[in-house]
Amino acid sequence: MAEPSAASDLKRTPLHDLHVRLGARMVPFAGYAMPVQFPAGIIKEHLHTRASAGLFDVSHMGQVALRACSGHVADAARALETLVPGDMLGLAPGRQRYTLLTNEHGGALDDLMVSNHGDRLMLVVNAARKAFDEAHLRERLADRCVIEPLLDRALVALQGPAAETVLARLAPGVRTMRFMDVRAMTLVDAICFVSRSGYTGEDGFEISVPAPAAVTLCEALLRDPAVAPIGLGARDSLRLEAGLCLYGADLDETTTPVEAALEWTLPKVRRTGGARAGGFAGADTVLDQLARGATRRRVGLRPEGRVPVRGGAPLFETEPSAAPLGVVTSGGFGVSLNAPVAMGYVPPGAATPGTRLFSEVRGKRLAVTVADLPFVPARYKR
Amino acid sequence: MLKYTKDHEWLRLDGDVATVGITPHAQEQLGDLVFVELPAVGARFDKGAVAATVESVKAASEVYAPVGGEIVAVNDKLAADPGLVNAAPTGNGWLFKLKVKDAGEAATLLDEAAYQKLSAAEASN
Repeated sequence: MAEPSAASDLKRTPLHDLHVRLGARMVPFAGYAMPVQFPAGIIKEHLHTRASAGLFDVSHMGQVALRACSGHVADAARALETLVPGDMLGLAPGRQRYTLLTNEHGGALDDLMVSNHGDRLMLVVNAARKAFDEAHLRERLADRCVIEPLLDRALVALQGPAAETVLARLAPGVRTMRFMDVRAMTLVDAICFVSRSGYTGEDGFEISVPAPAAVTLCEALLRDPAVAPIGLGARDSLRLEAGLCLYGADLDETTTPVEAALEWTLPKVRRTGGARAGGFAGADTVLDQLARGATRRRVGLRPEGRVPVRGGAPLFETEPSAAPLGVVTSGGFGVSLNAPVAMGYVPPGAATPGTRLFSEVRGKRLAVTVADLPFVPARYKR
Repeated sequence: MLKYTKDHEWLRLDGDVATVGITPHAQEQLGDLVFVELPAVGARFDKGAVAATVESVKAASEVYAPVGGEIVAVNDKLAADPGLVNAAPTGNGWLFKLKVKDAGEAATLLDEAAYQKLSAAEASN
């Protein structure tokens, strides 16, 4: 198997030494040394998260504060709306929203979370895109906003049905938070930003913590027997079961929010006829696709049998078809389902759940069925 | 007594039938297996040909025939329980048995000491 690149080149999160102490297998990811799994292994870590509470280090992701030069967060929101199709102006203080940065063709530059902290917006962006995103934000918004990467903060996620009970021991107030709420609160004597959200489909929290307090916070959480450390391997199998996109696989610069089946990120106010219709990069293309349809659509796929079908595999209409009609963009093993699952793009005509298509693995054609997403129902506390 | 390949397969020769699997080191590197694709009984492989595939949650890995021969048995427990390979890689997690074509090919395989040395060298890179 391939050996990891020289460890000395890789960046480290504030939790690196803790991971090593816990027996993590560290691998390179987006320029960081990250834990792909702990001694429990991916399957146990995945199942533990859905049954109890998993603790993930996601400090490699970018946390960026966006402030308007005017000092009014509404102006930061208006500025951001030139870059995203979402409703940022209507995002109330203490609330978070998922959206996408788009390019001039309506394709995704990144997917991200945006939260309103009263005097500023906070963005959480993908690790592999954070340098690009920061340059993009500066290039477009530096005339009216200050873009500040928060390099001194770690980010951890506590996900699973026990997450609320666990976190409430440190901060009882979290019990009153509902899905996509954001609050500043003191945990382990440090000012943290806690959102009730995540990337697993489970109830849970993402916690931005000052780097010097990150280990203390994680050790406090890990002392709870309900909590286990979880690596990136299980993070991927969990999000895949939840039908959530991975930028660079299911989303890229060629996929629009409509093609990606993310029309819900386009609220009425930003659509044709809305008070702030369009006005974001690629809006013409996206709004046209909303009106007239797109030529492809992201769907869930359930391989028949047990062979996993992975990203990059072609999709065919029939078993002997010569030319593919689509492609698998993410695939692997749905641990909670005990079955392989995948996502891919197909023409709208083939996108109806129940449609039987074929993929190809190691030269052999395998049947797959188009399926609704998510594969595992979400358990958000709305 | 087990013999090994540099690709982390092991082989146990019993007369002219070799039992083949992946090593404890290999299963540890791969992580939890979720699927094992085994050859058909009767299939013939040259030494070094891809005879099986083991899939972890994250990726598929090829298993090569350590010696040439004809498949005489496959471990049918693995369809329902691929994790057997992780739990007992040199015991109940064996992959397939083949009738060896040329006993001389087994002679060029690594012994225990040479294999441990190889794995240690790989781990330190």
